[in-house]
Amino acid sequence: MLVRFFFALRAAGVPVSITEFLTLLEALQQRVAQLSAQEFYWLARACLVKDERHYDRFDLAFGEIFQGAEQLFQQLLARVPADWLRGLAARVLSAEEKRRIEALGGWDQLLATLRERLREQRERHAGGGKWIGTGGTSPFGANGFNPEGIRIGEHGSRKHRAVKVWERREFRNLDDSVELGTRNLKLALRKLRKFAREGAAEELDLDGTIDATARNGGMLDLKLVPERHNAVKVLLFLDVGGSMDEHVRVCEELFSAARSEFKHLAHFYFHNFPYENLWKDNRRRYEALIPTEQVLRTYGHDYRAIVVGDATMSPYEIVQPGGSIEHWNKEAGALWMQRLRAAFPRLVWLNPQPQAHWEHTPSVRIARELVAERMFPLSIAGLDLAIRELQRPLSGMGAAHALAAATSVTQDPAPEVR
Amino acid sequence: MSNERFKGTDQYVATDDLMMAVNAAITLARPLLIKGEPGTGKTQLALEIARALERPLYEWHIKSTSKAQQGLYEYDAVSRLRDSQLGDARVHDIGNYIVKGRLWEAFDSAVQPVLLIDEIDKADIEFPNDLLRELDRMEFYVYETRELVRARHRPIIIITSNNEKELPDAFLRRCFFHFIRFPDEATMRAIVDVHYPGLKKELLAEALRAFFEVRAMPGLKKKPSTSELLDWLKLLLAEDIQPEALRSADTKKMIPILHGALLKNEQDVHLFEQLAFMHRRVR
Repeated sequence: MLVRFFFALRAAGVPVSITEFLTLLEALQQRVAQLSAQEFYWLARACLVKDERHYDRFDLAFGEIFQGAEQLFQQLLARVPADWLRGLAARVLSAEEKRRIEALGGWDQLLATLRERLREQRERHAGGGKWIGTGGTSPFGANGFNPEGIRIGEHGSRKHRAVKVWERREFRNLDDSVELGTRNLKLALRKLRKFAREGAAEELDLDGTIDATARNGGMLDLKLVPERHNAVKVLLFLDVGGSMDEHVRVCEELFSAARSEFKHLAHFYFHNFPYENLWKDNRRRYEALIPTEQVLRTYGHDYRAIVVGDATMSPYEIVQPGGSIEHWNKEAGALWMQRLRAAFPRLVWLNPQPQAHWEHTPSVRIARELVAERMFPLSIAGLDLAIRELQRPLSGMGAAHALAAATSVTQDPAPEVR
Repeated sequence: MSNERFKGTDQYVATDDLMMAVNAAITLARPLLIKGEPGTGKTQLALEIARALERPLYEWHIKSTSKAQQGLYEYDAVSRLRDSQLGDARVHDIGNYIVKGRLWEAFDSAVQPVLLIDEIDKADIEFPNDLLRELDRMEFYVYETRELVRARHRPIIIITSNNEKELPDAFLRRCFFHFIRFPDEATMRAIVDVHYPGLKKELLAEALRAFFEVRAMPGLKKKPSTSELLDWLKLLLAEDIQPEALRSADTKKMIPILHGALLKNEQDVHLFEQLAFMHRRVR
């Protein structure tokens, strides 16, 4: 049974090794856990799971294997955080929505029913009106149309309607496998850090030199280390509003986590496409506009620019003056993008849309052309490619270009800074 | 195998699953890796285990510049060079220039000690890898003096991490792991009870309510943790605040009094004020 459990864990994606399994057996032999399913659960978890993000998968596999132990399963179910869910609902839902929840007999009823269904249901299910699955009108499951629905088990929110994604186990929120989410954020961060360290000169390691010299019996032995601070300067342009918000948040978190690693990092927001104004503070986006021209002027062409946006819009918003959906833009977005590229020759675009969709969206094609095909998906691999692109040395052409563009823009009468 | 089991102390409330992890680590003499939100008592755990089991405690606090070698020993070559130039007789014994690290001290302890390796994720990514053999076999080799240092008793090793860096798999495999969850209200009551036994019932109820309300606020940059709650309660007690004050603050002034102990970030205070304002308008 334990061996079966071991393989179930591996199948569930918990990286358990033989050493850890043997540790568990040793602990059992030493009677660390008394004869109680609960204690065994805790012990097995401490032995086999080394990352809280895997707790959830562990719970799943454990439940599957030991479901014969009826009592144990009950205990696991009892850990459904009903209070948490209710507390959340009280905060998130409007009075009207709460009234609608009453339609199903209120939260307690809803949760009680859910628990019952979770117990009854063993297999994956889609469609239909009762079981937890995808689609359908049952209040449980994902992508349904019932406004009281509790989302279970789907990663994307197709209708943006259900109350909460919830996979019945409490560590669900620690296990997150969105494209560039908290889960692989660290990996991405490591890549960024490597990127940030690039270009740093070597400096004299005084301690190392003294130590090595002393070991050498007084003969001077110079030691050099890479400079601790780094030389990379980054400008971040983020598309906000609507569908992009989640991705932008992830991106912002990512870069602010790496903030200390860069010599300089500034971020600006735009909506759909950069035009003549950007802003730094979303809450004051209508008062505190920053002329794009000022950004072009302020930051040197040694800055790397990273644009994050889905580039999914009407092509007019890019190519036509006045195409912006929010205001009258005197000059087309495409022109502004060209200026950005000229001012920051090392510019990449990160696109959270799946790459497969790019070809079918005209605006994405246009944007790609505008950034000279330097558009990359917002994933670890895409980030890697983008960073490689950013690390490329500036060609003389690019620099000359940048200079010309910068002067041409500054000759325009500068709009007033509001 | 030691028969002692850790059951929490009069100062520290340990949940059942935490006790299980600690006892497993003690019994099998393997390191225990503790993760969890800041302020949930990760470091405190080691101190309390040492206190409960009456063992000496060795603390090794890790910084970003820490090297694994520093925990074992350091060879003070500079002093030796200086001594050699001054003609000191000590210079002939290299052992005089070996400075013991915390790990060595723990290995040398006459009774089984508790060793705390605090915030291991602060160090370089190679740090845990450099300690694999030491933690596994509980021995290391001193090259300068050609001596093998072996632990007299395998220490109880508690390692804490704040998740700033991913730890290598090989290292994780050698540890037990426990994630301290944020305590629920019942556990929190027990914790407060342990720290402030004389606390008035109503004050505690009101304070806890306010505390969990603040924690439940979406978008807080730094959620207040257990240790911050304890600080806040201490302040409330020192100022002799009446429970009614906490409640009345609810309608007129939403920000809890002495909120500085709970909210540590001006953006958070600002956010709280904004939400409080909106909340009032709705009423």
